[in-house]
Amino acid sequence: MNVSSASPRWHTLVATVENKPGVLARVAGLFSRRGFNIHSLAVAPTDDERFSRITFTVDIEGTPLDQVVKQLDKLINVVDISELNPAHSVERELMLITVEVGEYRKELMEIVDDYRAYVLSEGDDRLMLSWSARPARLDELEERLRPFGIVELQRTGRVALPSLDN
Amino acid sequence: MSTNPTNGGEALVRALECEGVEVMFGLPGGAILPVYDPIIDSSIRHVLVRHEQGAGHMAEGYAHATGKPGVCMVTSGPAATNVVTPLADAMLDSVPMVCITGQVPLAAIGTDAFQECDTTGITMAVTKHNFLVTDPQDIPRIIHEAFHIATTGRPGPVLVDIPKDIVDPVNPRSAMTWYEPDSVPMELPGYHPQTDGDPALIQEAAELIAHAERPVLYVGGGILKARAAEPLLELAELLQIPVVTTLMARGAFPDSHELCLGMPGMHGNYTAVTAMQRADLLVSLGARFDDRVTGRLDGFAPDAKIIHVDIDPAELGKVRQYNAGIQGDCKVVIEGLVDITKKLGSGAQADRSAWRSTVSGWQEKFPLTYEQSLPGDKLKPQFVMEQLRDGNPADTILCSGVGQHQMHASQFWRFDHPYTWINSGGLGTMGFSIPAAIGAKAGMPDRRVWAVDGDGNFQMTAQELVTATVEDIPIKVALFNNSYLGMVRQWQEMFYDERFSEVHLSDHVPDYVKWAESMGAVGIRVESPEEVAPAIAKANEINDRSVVIEFVTDARENVFPMVPAGATNSDVVVDPSQQHLLDDTGGES
Repeated sequence: MNVSSASPRWHTLVATVENKPGVLARVAGLFSRRGFNIHSLAVAPTDDERFSRITFTVDIEGTPLDQVVKQLDKLINVVDISELNPAHSVERELMLITVEVGEYRKELMEIVDDYRAYVLSEGDDRLMLSWSARPARLDELEERLRPFGIVELQRTGRVALPSLDN
Repeated sequence: MSTNPTNGGEALVRALECEGVEVMFGLPGGAILPVYDPIIDSSIRHVLVRHEQGAGHMAEGYAHATGKPGVCMVTSGPAATNVVTPLADAMLDSVPMVCITGQVPLAAIGTDAFQECDTTGITMAVTKHNFLVTDPQDIPRIIHEAFHIATTGRPGPVLVDIPKDIVDPVNPRSAMTWYEPDSVPMELPGYHPQTDGDPALIQEAAELIAHAERPVLYVGGGILKARAAEPLLELAELLQIPVVTTLMARGAFPDSHELCLGMPGMHGNYTAVTAMQRADLLVSLGARFDDRVTGRLDGFAPDAKIIHVDIDPAELGKVRQYNAGIQGDCKVVIEGLVDITKKLGSGAQADRSAWRSTVSGWQEKFPLTYEQSLPGDKLKPQFVMEQLRDGNPADTILCSGVGQHQMHASQFWRFDHPYTWINSGGLGTMGFSIPAAIGAKAGMPDRRVWAVDGDGNFQMTAQELVTATVEDIPIKVALFNNSYLGMVRQWQEMFYDERFSEVHLSDHVPDYVKWAESMGAVGIRVESPEEVAPAIAKANEINDRSVVIEFVTDARENVFPMVPAGATNSDVVVDPSQQHLLDDTGGES
């Protein structure tokens, strides 16, 4: 457990939890009972299927965050929890996005090439793209695509691991 | 049961026996029915309650008095929701407790079945942990895990929700092969309570203490959970440092000891409150800087450095930043502090003679006080409490409800032994005392158990006196009847311009003597001071049934001292007869 008390607003927490029913509800409950919002959440089993790894991004000041992390650590099903230092970790997020093609197919394909996004599915007047990158870069692509008309969008929530250069 | 269990229901009861359960409190119903059958043949004594809330508070009272985990068992749905209050109570006061709830069959879960509710969902926030068992083969292991979690680290309530089909022998899903609960490894990879304090931090704390000129040992309920009253006494005497015992810690340090300042906080005595407020070091041992202790936080103990010892790391720094924060069992850490203090030698300790004389000056000037009643007045509750104290041995177990009578009990009783005071401190649950007293008496049948109660409290859980009668667990109840929700009345008097809103219960009903007698108890009404001591003596001679003494008390009597809500502890309001003395004390420190 290691939470920076200096307050960048956004904090990325990584928890290893038991892969059991109800564990996510216990974790989420500790945020909701204090009125804190979880901005982004990604959960999946680890290489050991008994455990899942949760990555969540929360918008909380340093001091209450420290208390929430300690309370999370007390949950019986939480094996380990820590905050990732943004300077020493890598984050990725995947986005699926369906956009209108309309009369601007050429301009759209330029952006697709520019970002090296994948075309997953094509309809008469729509295109479904897939792209994974740092969350801020996804925001950027989303804004570039907005003028074309976004039909549907799903982001996975960010996942993160400590980087290897520290 | 002599043969090994072959189904989940038998396995559950056998597992409870294996955990050493001697007494459990409960009430059967549909979903838990199959478990009640093997109970007939079990060595466990089952106490049949009148309301499931009673079962929960009895389990708490049992745990407080004996130090062993309290166990209650109820059915699904409304029974499970009825134990939510005791679970929350046990959570806030760190009471080790295991609660078994019935649940509808696995296939019916989520279908809005009869008496179905999402018990694990509802109780998630009021338990240390809860389980929904889905395989009868897991029952012995999960019961063992439940007791392990409830009793280790910071104790607390654990709930085990058990669907009917996995305990019902007529259902093939209940089949299991028995094994001893502790014969398989627990599956708790995320639970490793740490009890040893960091030696470097203990050293640092001992040095902080040595340099302190105005230290106070701030002792909380964690001392009792850690069974650390003896090492605490050694530490206090070695250092000659005054001790305050919070509401949850009354009895952890003897009130009759010259270093004991009594209870701090909103209704603490002047010396305990003020010593903390003027201290240069607070050594918090198993306490949690509760708002009822600190008053307005930004004005609390402004000059004090803080040593905070707690087994729960989330308590360290939660409310007040510390100078040394030690995660560990209070007993282990205190023994460490004693060792280091001895090595440092008495010459290492700062001169505290001025502090001791300041503190004893406050004690002389501001003792607890009240005005005696005039002829024809109703009884003063403080007088009754003193008589009750003087009419009982020091090892009497005193249980309390919540309100003015609770504060008067904490103030005017003389707590000289640990585990003699049982009350609802954190949650403030009205109706706690009678079931808690029954639980305490069930666990300590040879001890005298008194419940002090208010009339508002009594009307919430009095029906458990029927349980006491039928189950032959006789307790004694001192009912302080002032016809009001007294503490709320006090706040309305002091802070709402005496505009009394919905606090007057009734001057006429119920008839407590008749009510007590209808439940198989002896009922006595006392209205004049000279009747008080004889009535208590009479109650103490009756041991074959419960006794309720209704003391008709003066509703105008308030609890003092008092730190008004929102004020700092420097603004303590003492008894009106002492208020003029405060002006002389202002500059003293």
